Amino acid sequence: MILLLRLFWEFFKTGLFAVGGGMATLPFLYNISDSTGWFTHAQLADMIAVSESTPGPIGVNMATYVGFTTAGIPGAITATVGLVTPSVIIILLIARVLSAFRQNKYVDAAFYGLRPCSVGLIAAAGLMVVKIALFDFDLFHQTGRLLDVFNVRALILAAVLLFLTRGVKKLKKLHPVVYILASAVVGIVFAF
Amino acid sequence: MNLWTLFVSFAKVGVLTFGGGYAMIPILEREIVDQQGWASSEELMDYYAVGQCTPGVIAVNTATFIGRKVAGTVGGVVATAGVVFPSVVIICVIAGILSNFADIPAVQSAFAGIRVCVCVLIFNAVVKLWKAAVPDKGALVLALLVFILSVFLKLSPVVFVIFCALAGILLTRLGVRGK
Repeated sequence: MILLLRLFWEFFKTGLFAVGGGMATLPFLYNISDSTGWFTHAQLADMIAVSESTPGPIGVNMATYVGFTTAGIPGAITATVGLVTPSVIIILLIARVLSAFRQNKYVDAAFYGLRPCSVGLIAAAGLMVVKIALFDFDLFHQTGRLLDVFNVRALILAAVLLFLTRGVKKLKKLHPVVYILASAVVGIVFAF
Repeated sequence: MNLWTLFVSFAKVGVLTFGGGYAMIPILEREIVDQQGWASSEELMDYYAVGQCTPGVIAVNTATFIGRKVAGTVGGVVATAGVVFPSVVIICVIAGILSNFADIPAVQSAFAGIRVCVCVLIFNAVVKLWKAAVPDKGALVLALLVFILSVFLKLSPVVFVIFCALAGILLTRLGVRGK
């Protein structure tokens, strides 16, 4: 019960402070992982992949997944309810004064600062995934060989994916699930 | 107004929203504007714009807006419940299945490959957001500051969010914005 209350509180905070959509919840999830130990960074990376490849808003999917990993189905429901509660309250309040809210110069000025904040936080969270996916610091610590830091196969795959998703016009519009499935196959075939 | 219809409509939006964000617009347009007539296209864009710049998941914010318009406070809650319902069911099933297979080497290899892909997807998301979020030098400084500090300090993102909201107001008042 206490676990569920904490889960609710952590996701309530996430829902209250994550501005800018689903990916904006990511830095909060890393923070929850660090402060509670409910799940590892590697697990979180897998949850992102599943959340991107299944129907539903990414932010909601990730909350459900983290909740499920932490405390089963009650956890999944609790985390999701926690995430959406601030949204519902805030929107119900704002809906009454919608036009005043959109034109308020302080709201506008605050969002001028919040948008780059959101980008900076997501980029930092992305770096955490890079650290476990493209590099192998454990192996480096064991062997002491600098070359062992780099996960060469993973770096090659990353370069190929980056080229395909950014460099090839026709492939840019493909849904992420295509790349996620292709990467899973590459991971199995080349024994990542 | 039938609350059940509201719930089912938003559950449909939830199932059909793959990835969230802009992908959701055409689906909302078809279900909410064309089929149910609960809001006009203009209202939908307004809700979406405000949903983007208020805390929380955009899909949920938009659902609450439309639900409230159709059936008051209860409608807002019901629409939100509808939009998250498919996620909860689908993710619980998948998470339940995956946790049983997590120890198989092939599954681990697959996820190691997928993690590489996630890096690239996040990078692409950042590039896309960057264009809209960093229009001038002031915003650039904030974005870099937040990035560097959150990499090196284990601070809660809440701290950065509050700081940047205040910084945004201050920079605007000082006339730095737009330069």
